[in-house]
Amino acid sequence: MRILVVEDDKDVAGFVVRGLREAGHVVEHADNGRDGLFLAASETFDAVILDRMLPGGIDGLHILETLRGQKNAVPVLILSALAEVDERVRGLKAGGDDYLTKPFAFAELLARVEALARRGKGDGPVTKLAVGDLELDLLSRQVKRAGQKIDLQPREFRLLEYLMRHAGQVVTRTMLLEGVWDYHFDPQTNVIDVHVSRLRQKVDKPFPTPLIHTVRNAGYMVKVEA
Amino acid sequence: MGTDLTVTPPPARQPREEAPRGRPALPLFRSAGVRFALVYAGLLTISAAALAIFLWWATAGLLDRQVQAAIRADARGLAERWEEGGIPALVLTIEDRLAENVDDDAIYLLVTPLGRPLAGNLARWPAAVTRTDGWYDLPVKRAGVASIGLVHRYDLPGGFRLLVGRDVRNRVQLHRLLTDALLWAIGVVAIMVTIGAAVVRSLFRRTLASVSATATAIAAGDFTRRVRLTGRGDEFDQLAETINEMLDRIARLMDGVRQVSNAIAHDLRTPITRARTRLEDAAIHAGTAEDLRAAIERATADLDGIVAVFQALLRISEIEAGSRRSAFARFDAAPVLADLAELYGAVAEEKEVALVIAAPDHLPAYGDRDMVQQAVANLLDNAVKFSPPGSTVRLEARLAAGRLAISVADQGPGIPVEDRARAAERFFRGEAARSTPGAGLGLALVQAVAQLHGGELTLEDAAPGLCARLVLPVAENAAGA
Repeated sequence: MRILVVEDDKDVAGFVVRGLREAGHVVEHADNGRDGLFLAASETFDAVILDRMLPGGIDGLHILETLRGQKNAVPVLILSALAEVDERVRGLKAGGDDYLTKPFAFAELLARVEALARRGKGDGPVTKLAVGDLELDLLSRQVKRAGQKIDLQPREFRLLEYLMRHAGQVVTRTMLLEGVWDYHFDPQTNVIDVHVSRLRQKVDKPFPTPLIHTVRNAGYMVKVEA
Repeated sequence: MGTDLTVTPPPARQPREEAPRGRPALPLFRSAGVRFALVYAGLLTISAAALAIFLWWATAGLLDRQVQAAIRADARGLAERWEEGGIPALVLTIEDRLAENVDDDAIYLLVTPLGRPLAGNLARWPAAVTRTDGWYDLPVKRAGVASIGLVHRYDLPGGFRLLVGRDVRNRVQLHRLLTDALLWAIGVVAIMVTIGAAVVRSLFRRTLASVSATATAIAAGDFTRRVRLTGRGDEFDQLAETINEMLDRIARLMDGVRQVSNAIAHDLRTPITRARTRLEDAAIHAGTAEDLRAAIERATADLDGIVAVFQALLRISEIEAGSRRSAFARFDAAPVLADLAELYGAVAEEKEVALVIAAPDHLPAYGDRDMVQQAVANLLDNAVKFSPPGSTVRLEARLAAGRLAISVADQGPGIPVEDRARAAERFFRGEAARSTPGAGLGLALVQAVAQLHGGELTLEDAAPGLCARLVLPVAENAAGA
């Protein structure tokens, strides 16, 4: 994927650019608002990682508003040290698709950017999700694995749905907390791990191969083991 | 260790010490005292002038109006005579009236169309008198004596012109008298204005001096100073009280900030030390790349913990600042609690703790939904964390007397009575909590949320265990700091 990183801090930018390239993406980097806006407006990207406070007179929100004003719908992840709830709301209102505060874990950033870039590339509304022999029917709200029906609680269903929608991608605990529970705070304890392990009991345990994998220091991924 | 963060006041600069009021004297035109004095002087001058004008109008003016009325009456009488007997009768009447005039102040003159005098005591028609609709002040000479006359012209058919008037020598004298008196009065007023303005200005400065001196002392770092009250209970005392209250509040806030920054310095030192030690230890002793990587990962986790503490602190101060009150709205707390019970139910089950929820189907509430959610999450997190296996955590909610009471009770060790008051302070950790993970910020956040909503957090003994009760007003206008 082609990703634009607009970030003025040399260390952070170098770290992010290197990490994204290692993950197999093509990365452009701008270290000031002017270049960032020029690149974002003149070239096509699958996602933009945007710092808010930038040198060069044009800040991140300005870039974002200009892009949205030009009907440019490129997915934008705002990466900022401004962590207050109000700042977050302001960033999302300006047209940001996701907001990640500094300091951040690279795994979190990568997972979120990949999720953003892949979003909206689906072919219309889906009614069925399938990974390997696991099938999830969104209309009848039924889950089957190898033809065998699996009974899930509503929340477990939504958790599995979220994981399957992001099949093949890393999904972090925070993403699950926001995407499945709509909670925007740090619950401190390992609540998510407990819920995922319960889901595993039902989806993976009775079958020979696991589909829900733990990605160390990052989160979870649903995929068919190669 | 605590002292290295306390703020020492900057040394007072020398020039300030010399001036008693702390600041260089203002240029005269910018001093509020001078301005007030000028306003006082202006008002006094205006009222004196108004009084003088009224006096003039009431005396000299009255005299003028009386003379004018007499002249009009005189002219009416003459007109009647003229209607009865024409010019000859008029001439006779004028001569009669002049003869009968005891005060010798009447002025008459009747002339022909050509200007020849027919009767009266003026030698000839005064050239200045050309119109019939006004009064004329004329210098007249009668019997060789110069005087002033007030006259009016009346035109008769056939071109005859009549002048009726009065000698107003007396009025001139009165005017002179009044003018003299008023000139003296101006002098007196000027003196009073000067004295009064000086008094007003010094009064003004004296009342402000205490406020000014206090402010200067505080600016120089002495935060114990307060504005002196006169005890009269007047507006200035009220102002002084308001200022003192403000200073007390600022002092409390500053204390809070100092405590928090000290706490940060102490409580973050431990995890930072741990991370630093791990990194240094790995740099020196790590035998393999594997060891090194593991050490770095552990240190990163430590740093993440520190960041989490910072985020919690930031969140608490954000809530305390009250900036989130704009996000207040009506919401149903019942599904919020049910979701939380479900989220933590799994964790409780893992620990072999039963989480029981008892709440009605609908719980109208007013406030910031996310905040309440996080507050209850913190209470549940605490309760589950401190619950021994096999015990029960009860989440209960009910509406009573316009307040929503949410309580979380566990059967853990509880909080000793002596610690309960301090349990909601930032970074406070009870004895029982020493061995569990956490930074001691959970209850501080709940407390901040309660205060933001104008409610309260109480901690009670659940015998055994702890019952934390979050009480929030449901009415829309109840939220206060």
